[in-house]
Amino acid sequence: MVSEKGETVVEISHLEKRFGSFTALRDVSLRVGKGERIVICGPSGSGKSTLIRCINRLEVPDKGRIVVDGVELTDDVKAIEGIRRNVGMVFQQFNLFPHLTVLENCTLAQIWVAKKSQAAADKTAEHYLERVHIPEQKHKYPGQLSGGQQQRVAIARALCMEPKVMLYDEPTSALDPEMIAEVLDVMVEFADTMTTVCVTHEMGFARKVADCMIFMDAGQIVEASDPKTFFTNPKSERTKLFLSQILEH
Amino acid sequence: MFFSFRNGILSVAAAVFLFWIISSLVNWFFLDAVWFGTIEDCRLHQDGACWPFVGVRFSQFLYGFYPSAERWRVNLVLGIFFGAIGLLVYERMPYRSKIVIFMLCVFPLFAWFLLRGGVLWLADVPTGRWGGFMLTLVLASVSIVASLPLGILLALGRRANTLPFVKAFCVVFIEFWRGVPLITVLFATAFMLPLFMPASVNFDQLLRAMVGFILFSSAYMAEVVRGGLEGLDRGQYEASDALGMSYWQSRKRVILPQALKIMIPGILLTIIGLFKDTTLVLIIGLLDFLGMIQAGIADPRWGSPNVPFTGYAFAALVYFCFCYSMSVYARYIEKKYSEGRDRR
Ligand SMILES: Nc1ncnc2c1ncn2[C@@H]1O[C@H](COP(=O)(O)OP(=O)(O)O)[C@@H](O)[C@H]1O
Ligand SMILES: [Mg+2]
Repeated sequence: MVSEKGETVVEISHLEKRFGSFTALRDVSLRVGKGERIVICGPSGSGKSTLIRCINRLEVPDKGRIVVDGVELTDDVKAIEGIRRNVGMVFQQFNLFPHLTVLENCTLAQIWVAKKSQAAADKTAEHYLERVHIPEQKHKYPGQLSGGQQQRVAIARALCMEPKVMLYDEPTSALDPEMIAEVLDVMVEFADTMTTVCVTHEMGFARKVADCMIFMDAGQIVEASDPKTFFTNPKSERTKLFLSQILEH
Repeated sequence: MFFSFRNGILSVAAAVFLFWIISSLVNWFFLDAVWFGTIEDCRLHQDGACWPFVGVRFSQFLYGFYPSAERWRVNLVLGIFFGAIGLLVYERMPYRSKIVIFMLCVFPLFAWFLLRGGVLWLADVPTGRWGGFMLTLVLASVSIVASLPLGILLALGRRANTLPFVKAFCVVFIEFWRGVPLITVLFATAFMLPLFMPASVNFDQLLRAMVGFILFSSAYMAEVVRGGLEGLDRGQYEASDALGMSYWQSRKRVILPQALKIMIPGILLTIIGLFKDTTLVLIIGLLDFLGMIQAGIADPRWGSPNVPFTGYAFAALVYFCFCYSMSVYARYIEKKYSEGRDRR
């Protein structure tokens, strides 16, 4: 399962992020290799979202360097837009565009950002909607779908841009329990071929796909190891405590 | 028992009061009114409306002092204007968006050249001769149409945290115009604007009033639009950013379509307010609809106690019809979107 760490897709070094006087990230470094699948977990408020939102600059870090696909993130708006094209993101709250149909949600950025033709965009969208198992809903509006279906559309929407990395920020935490599996199944399917950074507490999923497990607490990476070591023999006490809490139920 | 007794009394009292109001209105407007004849008839029957006054003056109320021979131009413009509105209210109208674009981009220029004249073989009609309801409509529609895009830009600017100068400008602009009464704005643009302009620029009174209206109304529109922008879930901004959309792409395709939909009722209410506010141009000497009616009332040949009442009642009726239909439409749209399939 462990991929050969050849090409680097995301390189984060000595990242620091403050919200006012509160430090949400302190000295975080992380390297994501091509094809690698990283799962991040940790207690709420530990800075997981902040970390992955820095990768596509939804948050602007205060210190440190982030290089995505060979391009360093700066204030250059055009460069950021270029990086965002190559980084897909799936949010906890889906954030589909409610005024557009499922198909239009998937074609919008293809047409206006990637400048594809309508026909080509439709074709790609249909391909990915098929792969997330909702081709028949394409003319509905997001409001007409269940949470699980909406999240799968959100995954398809991100994949339609054919990104080099996929970021998932707790993609199943807003879902009713019976819908979690359908979303995780889709994620597992794509994780095989896609560099993935996923914040989640779904440890079953993590065991299945992760090449590297990361545990964060209080804005720092406390532990980073392969899943086997991580689950059976964690080094830090905080990781042990966290795992015992999360695996208990 | 006690409550129903009291409710009963109140209902009866309300019914009696309503009946009294309605019957006296009906009497005054219709039954006791003078429908045909001259001012002599009105002077004889003073306890009802004097409709001949409105009949005789009607074309002035509508056209102001626009030359009679050229009034077909006004008719043509009004015909297209109301025709287009009629078509647009019907939602399944084919080419709806094309009609909107035509009405916003082509029609205003067309209307201006047609009404103003002085091009081709069309005789020149200076704006000083425009008046009446036509002037009201010109003022209201120009300031409405111009204030919406300006308001959107101001609202976006006010939220542009990464551009502090733009933001500061928009905040100052909006708060300044919202803090000043419209009358002051009109006086200022009418009498002070020329002081800042080179003497060679001949800025006519109507244009000055329009500038005042547009500045004023765009500030109000901006606040309405800002409400819509702020009402939108932050996730919508983030999702469009995360897809690599540029600022303007995301505003145009994701943010504004949703924000404006939320704000349609607010925008329509602002438009209604603006429509009524146009009557204030009276004080800078423009004779709009209400101005023409007042001018008619002031005419000593039509001196009779029921003439002013009739004039103002007619003005109220016309303004009410326009504003009420706009507010019915606003409520219809509001209902439609709040029950809409794509609510979230
Ligand atoms: N926009 C913000 N403004 C202020 N504080 C924030 C903001 N975003 C996150 N935080 C704070 O930063 C910390 C880390 O947040 P987050 O990265 O969302 O944690 P996690 O995703 O691990 O639960 C939290 O304490 C949170 O309150
Ligand atoms: Mg989070």
